[in-house]
Amino acid sequence: MGNEFGMLLQVRNILRIKSLVLIGLLSVALLAAVLASPSVIPSQAQQPATGTPTTASPTAPSAQAGVASPFGAQTQQAGLSIVVLDPAHGGTDPGARGTGGIRESEIVLDFAIQVRRALELQGFQVVQTRQGNENPSFDDRSATANAQRGAVFVTLHISSTGLPGTARVYVNSDLPPVADSNGLIPWDRAQAPFLGLSKTFGDLVQGFLSQRFKGSPEAAQTASVRQLRTTAAPAIAVEISSVTVENRADLDRMAPGVADAIARGVAAFKPSYVVANTPGALR
Amino acid sequence: MTPTWKFWLIGGLVVAVLAAAIYFPILRRRVKRAARLQQQSEEQARRELAQPIAINPGDPRVKTKLFWASDTIDSTLVPVTVELPLSSDPVLRSKQVLNTLLAGPVDAELRTLPPDALLLAFYLLPDGTAIADFSEALATSVPSGIVSEQLAVNSIARTLEANVPQVQRLKILIHGQEVETLAGHLDLTGAFVVNTKAAQAPVKPASTP
Repeated sequence: MGNEFGMLLQVRNILRIKSLVLIGLLSVALLAAVLASPSVIPSQAQQPATGTPTTASPTAPSAQAGVASPFGAQTQQAGLSIVVLDPAHGGTDPGARGTGGIRESEIVLDFAIQVRRALELQGFQVVQTRQGNENPSFDDRSATANAQRGAVFVTLHISSTGLPGTARVYVNSDLPPVADSNGLIPWDRAQAPFLGLSKTFGDLVQGFLSQRFKGSPEAAQTASVRQLRTTAAPAIAVEISSVTVENRADLDRMAPGVADAIARGVAAFKPSYVVANTPGALR
Repeated sequence: MTPTWKFWLIGGLVVAVLAAAIYFPILRRRVKRAARLQQQSEEQARRELAQPIAINPGDPRVKTKLFWASDTIDSTLVPVTVELPLSSDPVLRSKQVLNTLLAGPVDAELRTLPPDALLLAFYLLPDGTAIADFSEALATSVPSGIVSEQLAVNSIARTLEANVPQVQRLKILIHGQEVETLAGHLDLTGAFVVNTKAAQAPVKPASTP
């Protein structure tokens, strides 16, 4: 009986040793796999359309003055590399409609293709909030932007009114300050910490647009644009005038200029934007 | 169950399904029509209740600034000064100036608000927040776009600012409801600052008359 019990203990020990060896081998294999994989895995689930990520070092020069971050001084510098493009409306919401059957939702999608191309040529990665005739909610569009690190947000619109052939950039109006001591940014005021950066970004893009399209303002304007309020990134709305043109080709002709101005504006803004290592969470 | 009974049962079911298929669209149309009639009657009742406040000729005539679109500078507002007999009561006065603004300028091209929009109700809270309730036409007939929606709201806000100093903030409702945007762009979930200096001052507790 005692002998049988001893044998049983031996068998158990052998099994334990085998298990330990197996676990050890698995751990080594797992470690090797982790070390062999790329250090950063882009969140592809949030990126239905990805371009070529920038290869240039995104880090801002260390001696750069006036570098802004909405998260304060404790930042590890990383740079702007992603542009979230939002062709407004879509699905059952056509947006502004012209007498000639022009629909804002369709035109902004075509504009987005050209803007995306121009941005990718500059080395930016582009994420679109919609690819086809869908209509994500305002919050869904903001969520796409808020899931990215080091991103700026550009929402594209065509107006019903205004001088045809002009383009205006809007940044969100002042929002009540974020007074949350635990570092959380309220979702419904996510834009609040970024208003200054958005204004800088908007002025740059508007400057390039005014060079291209005479009659456009020279600086970005403020408006309570719903889409911008919940976006936790430097965010602008670009509105082209207008669906009242007699021929859609008049608007189509503006697309390359708009795309170029936005791409130049993003590139010019890049050195001003430092992304925090530990961003405020949204609640 | 005999084959004859089966035949009659299946036949009856087929007839019932066909009848339902024919009757269902008719029923749907009737329900929709009834709902529309009810909505129209509600709107009519509100319109009757919200008849424009008659201007009392006994009130002192004051220079009133109304903000309409500029005919020279694109997408901007300009004040137009008219003399109107206005009440000294801020709520009545607000209704009078907003109804005049809604009536529109002589040149219809310079309108900022749709001609069929109505002011249904207007309240002024003790902290200076005004609540202006407009009919659905304000949202459905204003041209969609950031610039046009902003012109519409700014014309209301600036007209109130110029003529009713008690109004510090403005909250816009559509048909009694808070809406997310005016026509797809401009955010209506918050209140617009009307009188910047007054709105930044600490809110005084409501005084009792």
